[in-house]
Amino acid sequence: MNELPQQLVNGLLLGSMYGLVAIGYTMVYGIVQLINFAHGEIFMTGAFGAITVYLYVLPDGTSMAIALPLMILGAMLVATTVAVGAERFAYRPLRGAPRLAPLITAIGLSLALQQAVWAWYPDARSAIEFPQIDGGPFEIGNVTIQTGDVFLLLAAPLSMAILAYFVMKTRTGRGMQATAQDPDTAKLMGVNTDRIIVVAFALGAIFAAVGGVAYGLKYGQIDFRMGFILGLKAFTAAVLGGIGNIYGAMLGGIVLGIAEALSTAYIADIPGLDQFGSQSWADVWAFVLLILVLLFRPQGLLGERVADRA
Amino acid sequence: MRQRSLIAITAALAAGALTLTACGSRDEDGGGSSDSGNGGTTVVIGVDAPLTGDLSALGLGIKNSVDLAAKTANKEKFVEGVTFKIEALDDQAQPSSGQQNASTLVADKDVLGVVGPLNSSVAESMQRVFNDAKLVQVSPANTGPSLSQGQDWQTSKKRPYESYFRTSTTDAIQGPFAAQYLYNDSKKRKVFVIDDKKTYGAGLAGTFTAEFKKLGGKVVGTEHINPDAKDFSAVATKVKSSGADVVYYGGEYPQAGPLSKQIKAAGSKVPLVGGDGIYDPTFISLAGKGSDGDLATSVGVPLDQLDSAKKFTADYKAAGYKEDFAAYGGYSYDAAWSIIEAVKKVVDANDGKLPDDARAKVVEAMSGVSFDGVTGKVSYDEFGDTTNKQLTVYAVKNGAWEPVKSGTYTG
Repeated sequence: MNELPQQLVNGLLLGSMYGLVAIGYTMVYGIVQLINFAHGEIFMTGAFGAITVYLYVLPDGTSMAIALPLMILGAMLVATTVAVGAERFAYRPLRGAPRLAPLITAIGLSLALQQAVWAWYPDARSAIEFPQIDGGPFEIGNVTIQTGDVFLLLAAPLSMAILAYFVMKTRTGRGMQATAQDPDTAKLMGVNTDRIIVVAFALGAIFAAVGGVAYGLKYGQIDFRMGFILGLKAFTAAVLGGIGNIYGAMLGGIVLGIAEALSTAYIADIPGLDQFGSQSWADVWAFVLLILVLLFRPQGLLGERVADRA
Repeated sequence: MRQRSLIAITAALAAGALTLTACGSRDEDGGGSSDSGNGGTTVVIGVDAPLTGDLSALGLGIKNSVDLAAKTANKEKFVEGVTFKIEALDDQAQPSSGQQNASTLVADKDVLGVVGPLNSSVAESMQRVFNDAKLVQVSPANTGPSLSQGQDWQTSKKRPYESYFRTSTTDAIQGPFAAQYLYNDSKKRKVFVIDDKKTYGAGLAGTFTAEFKKLGGKVVGTEHINPDAKDFSAVATKVKSSGADVVYYGGEYPQAGPLSKQIKAAGSKVPLVGGDGIYDPTFISLAGKGSDGDLATSVGVPLDQLDSAKKFTADYKAAGYKEDFAAYGGYSYDAAWSIIEAVKKVVDANDGKLPDDARAKVVEAMSGVSFDGVTGKVSYDEFGDTTNKQLTVYAVKNGAWEPVKSGTYTG
């Protein structure tokens, strides 16, 4: 059996999830040059927001057709609240500080959010089961797509389209571009940069929340550590695609996801490399790819179209 | 350019952090409330197990069962003038935490024995600390053969640490036992072997593979997964295209559950088989409906088939613990009870008082311990391994583990 199409789809799905989270990294970086390491945890709180709606707000046995939109709303609400709160209380006071200060704050916030969920969310000390959409897997040729993955396949491009429209066409979106290019001049031109920064955090959180719901549907369980590794991968995706560029984030995510899937599937078949081919080596190959890309294109795959200030 | 180098640094940091995924939380609430108050000496039995995190279902079962043993001994006044108390520490399944806990327990002079840990990899980091302090350690769950029989256990067995004992059978028996069952009873011929590269998982997969090949079976693929990963779709696709009729997984249920689920979802309707590390109800809830037919081997005979376990099951229920005693409850109780028996011997031999070198004396007494425990006859051979080498195959049926066949591996 030729497993290539299936492995490409596996990689595409994984990569779309990285991409959804990477958007938050790249947007915040594009505007305030802050690497928000707590973003993976915002993704995690989004997933917990969705499960809260399902377990504690909706009556038992609500069909997923009704529950899912409400869960997404709940996820967005929680993730946005956490992200905007983080911006207001953790990052804004450090706006004028040297760049390493907010970076370390972000790492601290990441740990704090993980531990807060671990300590206070009921039953969060082990994995929590996430509701699944009924219906069998879909077979297209010899490619199998799970029901839970359909959501991700639809949500990722749709989110990208909405984001592109927002950034290009709306007044706030153009304000974001202006702030990214030059915050001081943007301020002089009447752009409320503080508001723009809040909007950037909120938008990133909304996409992370969609990613969080997609994660729950795909893997059937969520836990308080789910955002840590995924956040690092998403950050990698953002750098790979060109940090600051929203299209680059999605592209970087997909490239990273496919690289992981293909290295798991095929490296072992190369003579002499069989012990480097298992899934436990996929991360290594993904980072080898990152290093190669950065060697030849230090600005990432799609450059820095939004924040061209480096 | 400054920003670009910042990104480079953080990218490097991120790469490094990927390998350090331990989360820093600990829960040292001691756990054991003892019924002290009759004066006399207090002897503390330490417990080291993962009390939080993915494996906490097993760890809390160990802690509660040891607590029950201590309480039972106190209630029966089993050792006159001695009150038992437990001190439970959380190792989060991390070798580094395990070693810290070992040092903490050694420092407490009242600790005369330790039950734990769950993971073979954690045990490796603790053995030397306990051995240097001559403090007896009884694991209810470690199955890695090298822990008691040395690195070269396949060729020349040599006991590395005098203070290490265990109530569970080793993978030297468990892996081949699974291979024989799959080859002879289930008539499986093509296996795909996956492990998580940890001491336990890789060891078990190794002993399984050797026996399966010896019997004439074929290994159609091998794969090592990353224990922190949740996405095994690429691996699942490989399993499907390999045409395997069974998957053997050396590892634990937090990964085995999603792995089984994703293998079935990829369209490969073959059973996943594992060792005692996947024998837990959490495996079934993680793996979902598709897990019917998955198999696990586990140490000993099912507790509800043993008369000796009825009292334990009833007492455990009566004590009102929040968590189930899980896979290792009976073994933990027996492990704790062997320490209690050893303490009794030492006290009896010293006119009803604890001697000054109680720890060393307890280690000596351990090899002579023999009693009818929850899991059957409990005694230890010259390596500190249990003499009870029974194993059982369990299958998932209608969302629960059901025993299929008990037996042992004979060469």
